[in-house]
Amino acid sequence: MARTLINAPKTAKRGDVIEIRATIGHPMETGFRPDESGKILPRNIIKKFSCRYNGELVFSAEMFSAVSANPYLAFHTLATESGTLALTWEGDNGFSQTENITLTVA
Amino acid sequence: MRLLVFALLFVAASAHSQSATATDKRLSGSAFMAASTQAMQNDDTLNPGMLWVKDGEALWQKPAGASQKSCASCHAQISMKGVAARYPAFDDVLKRPITLSQRINQCRQKHSQAEPLRFESPDLLSLESFVTHQSRGMPVAPPDDQRLDSYRQQGQQRYTQRIGQLNLSCAQCHDTNAGGRLGSSQIPQAHPTGYPVYRLEWQTLGSLQRRLRNCMSGVRAEPFAYGAPELVELELHLAVRAKGMLIETPGVRP
Repeated sequence: MARTLINAPKTAKRGDVIEIRATIGHPMETGFRPDESGKILPRNIIKKFSCRYNGELVFSAEMFSAVSANPYLAFHTLATESGTLALTWEGDNGFSQTENITLTVA
Repeated sequence: MRLLVFALLFVAASAHSQSATATDKRLSGSAFMAASTQAMQNDDTLNPGMLWVKDGEALWQKPAGASQKSCASCHAQISMKGVAARYPAFDDVLKRPITLSQRINQCRQKHSQAEPLRFESPDLLSLESFVTHQSRGMPVAPPDDQRLDSYRQQGQQRYTQRIGQLNLSCAQCHDTNAGGRLGSSQIPQAHPTGYPVYRLEWQTLGSLQRRLRNCMSGVRAEPFAYGAPELVELELHLAVRAKGMLIETPGVRP
């Protein structure tokens, strides 16, 4: 399990635009770099990030080798109803991690 | 009489201006950074160094070694506040100064009966960040310990010693030319207040010794090995230079 830093409001008014910031600890090894012995290190990156708000996809991003380690993403969505925002990172070697945050909409 | 008053006023005025010039001109490395990098350091939800602090917090509780003791088995968390501000410190058993990461490994071996963590390994950096983070906002407080004096002098000597093919000392860049430029980057004053730091160039967190070794290979000198007494001496001198400055760990540096 990779460590994450997530910053999102716990409560919002209906119709508010809320900002979600998420950082995940990941090496984002490019697949182009040699190690000390000169052998190319296999690529190990996060390829896709998505955020589902009560199951509905509200934001997604594709990532490539050029993205630096421990990628940080900030995005906005409209607060419509109380529920769960599921943040999912997927990548090489079957990497998949989901963090759920709860949002209460008044 | 009037002359005397003028004379006194003059003395008072010059004394005042003297105290103004004597104010602290030392600046942390973060003062030389772009506003965006400063913002990254100051916001815990943006600062990637917090990933290591959180990892360290978990490791602190995790039992290790033959005795299955965790750091928390002996230390109540609160007791670590201000500890990092005092390091490097003299070790009574080894009879020489050691850094905080060496102290963590000493503890692991002695109390947890575990293998020492490799220098610059993620686990050691995490524990060091977690402990140092608890001293954030506190002044660097090198201990008033006479046993450290000779090592500090050695450190100061090393700081001013020209080394490497470029024949440069630490002092030539970080004292004489601090605030100037080396290529495109500004030269900071070399105060170790943010370590371990998340360096954007490294794309990871690194220790003060990694930074020192970096500078040494930069002037094309053979860097001292991690944990070498020479690096500890340099750290001791840097702590004295930065005495009273506030700890920022985890710092972010370009």
